[in-house]
Amino acid sequence: MTSFVSLSKAMALGFVRDKTATFFTILFPLMFLSVFGALFKDSGVSKTDVLQVGSVAVLDQIPADARGDLEQVLKITKTDDLAAALEKVRAGDSAAAVEQQGGKVIVHFSAADQVKAATVRGIMESIVQQGNLTMAGVTTPALTLSAEPVEDKSMKAIQYMTPGLLGWAIASGATFGAALTLVSWRQKKILRRLRLSPVSVGSIVTARVGVSIGIALLQSAIFIGVALLPAFGLQLSSYWWAFIPIMVAGTLAFLSIGLLAGAVSKTPEAASAIANLIVLPMAFLSGSFFPLDNAPGWLRTLSNFLPLKHLVTSMQDVMVRGQSPTATLPAIGILLGFTVVVTGAAAMLFKWDDV
Amino acid sequence: MVVRVHRMSTPTIEVSDLRKAYGEVKAVDGVSFEVQSGEFFGILGPNGAGKTTTLEMIEGLREPDSGRIAVLGESPWPRNPKLLPRIGVQLQASAFFERLTAREQIRTFASLYGVSAKRADEWLAIVGLEEMGSLPHEKLSGGQQQRLSIACALAHDPDVVFLDEPTSGLDPQARRNLWDVLRDINQQGRTVVLTTHYLDEAESLCDRVAIMDHGQILQSGPPAVLVRELDAPTRIAIESGTISLDAARALADGAEIDDDGVSLTFATRQPAPILAALAERDALRGLSVRGATLEDVFLNLTGREYRA
Repeated sequence: MTSFVSLSKAMALGFVRDKTATFFTILFPLMFLSVFGALFKDSGVSKTDVLQVGSVAVLDQIPADARGDLEQVLKITKTDDLAAALEKVRAGDSAAAVEQQGGKVIVHFSAADQVKAATVRGIMESIVQQGNLTMAGVTTPALTLSAEPVEDKSMKAIQYMTPGLLGWAIASGATFGAALTLVSWRQKKILRRLRLSPVSVGSIVTARVGVSIGIALLQSAIFIGVALLPAFGLQLSSYWWAFIPIMVAGTLAFLSIGLLAGAVSKTPEAASAIANLIVLPMAFLSGSFFPLDNAPGWLRTLSNFLPLKHLVTSMQDVMVRGQSPTATLPAIGILLGFTVVVTGAAAMLFKWDDV
Repeated sequence: MVVRVHRMSTPTIEVSDLRKAYGEVKAVDGVSFEVQSGEFFGILGPNGAGKTTTLEMIEGLREPDSGRIAVLGESPWPRNPKLLPRIGVQLQASAFFERLTAREQIRTFASLYGVSAKRADEWLAIVGLEEMGSLPHEKLSGGQQQRLSIACALAHDPDVVFLDEPTSGLDPQARRNLWDVLRDINQQGRTVVLTTHYLDEAESLCDRVAIMDHGQILQSGPPAVLVRELDAPTRIAIESGTISLDAARALADGAEIDDDGVSLTFATRQPAPILAALAERDALRGLSVRGATLEDVFLNLTGREYRA
């Protein structure tokens, strides 16, 4: 027990005093959070530029409160030069140009951007309908349409980014921690020295597991804390704390990957390269950086074989999708199974010494 | 009345017909020796002689191809947790935890054996590193690192201590300094096994040495006995030109005489008459008298210069 404690302490001090390691485990993911947070801040509402040529009664007569709603989707700029407006639409600078000739509202659009053109056409059609109804004296329509997204209203980018980036940070922290400790301890003959002391291999490994779980908890606390700041605006669902067991299982899974990388590498450089080759592509393929919803089917199938996918999805489920803690059980099972298999392989390849 | 039982019958270390080959190379080729309790035993030989491999097999770090090893009556291979707390090993390359201070290093190693931090700190003082305790280990000088490494190997108070080339790469003063530490360790009753490629170190420290080359022990015994048995001539040297070569031949009948323009050297097995004759003529300018050393023993055994 004392050797477990003192080895944990030695590892933890080694980590805290290693500026590079603390940067990559704690600050680097936070930098990603800031960068992605800024990039996707307005992704929910991207406005469409529309040019209004001359006076268009249906637009000009919209009451103030409805105008506010409209300006969330359309950015209307007034101009008097039709030719210049058409040129802008052709160049793709504006989505459409709207003019009114008597009772006819004309929408000039570019066929090059079908989506934006359809948006403008749809909105203008509804405005024209509304105008017709008003002129016909209908003030309260018999039918109204209200559209609501199925996700929580707050499912902004930060909601899926936080669990995704945190999952990646935990995965790389655990993988690099285990791989580099193993290789540099072997290279610096610390493993040989430990072999000459009565300490068991179990104590060495449990010390590493304990320290890695501690680091993962620290990463999570800092990361979630920052994401909760008003600038980022993360909103956690009620069972958010249920990410802790899944995080522990994920840490174990990636520790085992790190042990395997460390077992087959002779130098810290090689171990670091192998760990990077495993963790970075996996982060992309597991939806850590962006959702896989639009990815091709084969890629989504492939991602089901990656432990990070299960870690990230499961963390999203409890942290922001409001699922109950039991929803994480299958993923915990998968990650633990993965850990057992990979640790077994690493144990078979384990060497105390270089020579 | 206390009766002290001498157990000379069971040596602390027993090695018989030890062999280890790496491919075609026979690193250790039939080595046998015994080390008694409390003895300071040296294994010496040039780099690549098989010293480290022999030591590592005794420590339990390597599996011998064949042969028998008993340390304190126990077999060191496979890893023997019963034996490990009773031996202390200082590795050739000092193994320290990354980014820990000297005090944290020794406390960590001590706690692996259940030894208190207080006792660990005492060891730091014994090797004279009390003031350096809060320095990171890489800030220590080479000699200080070696002393820390030895303290880490001894913190659990082992009965048998193995030191693999503890003074290599140290400056002469740091070496002497370390010799004092090693002598103390031995005088407190511990059995010490040391490998070295410095013959003067072995001569100064060891009760008994084994000279190794090409994986075999060529000769073993107390350094003084080995030197005496060599029956090598004593070399008397004076400054060239003090007396002429002819005068030298006249006063030293039977001695081998050589003048290289710097020194006039007599090699003789009867130094007394020559020294007396030189003194009579007042021809002692730049006198040096050098008896045979382990180096001569080595040269005689291997037929070549010692390659340290």
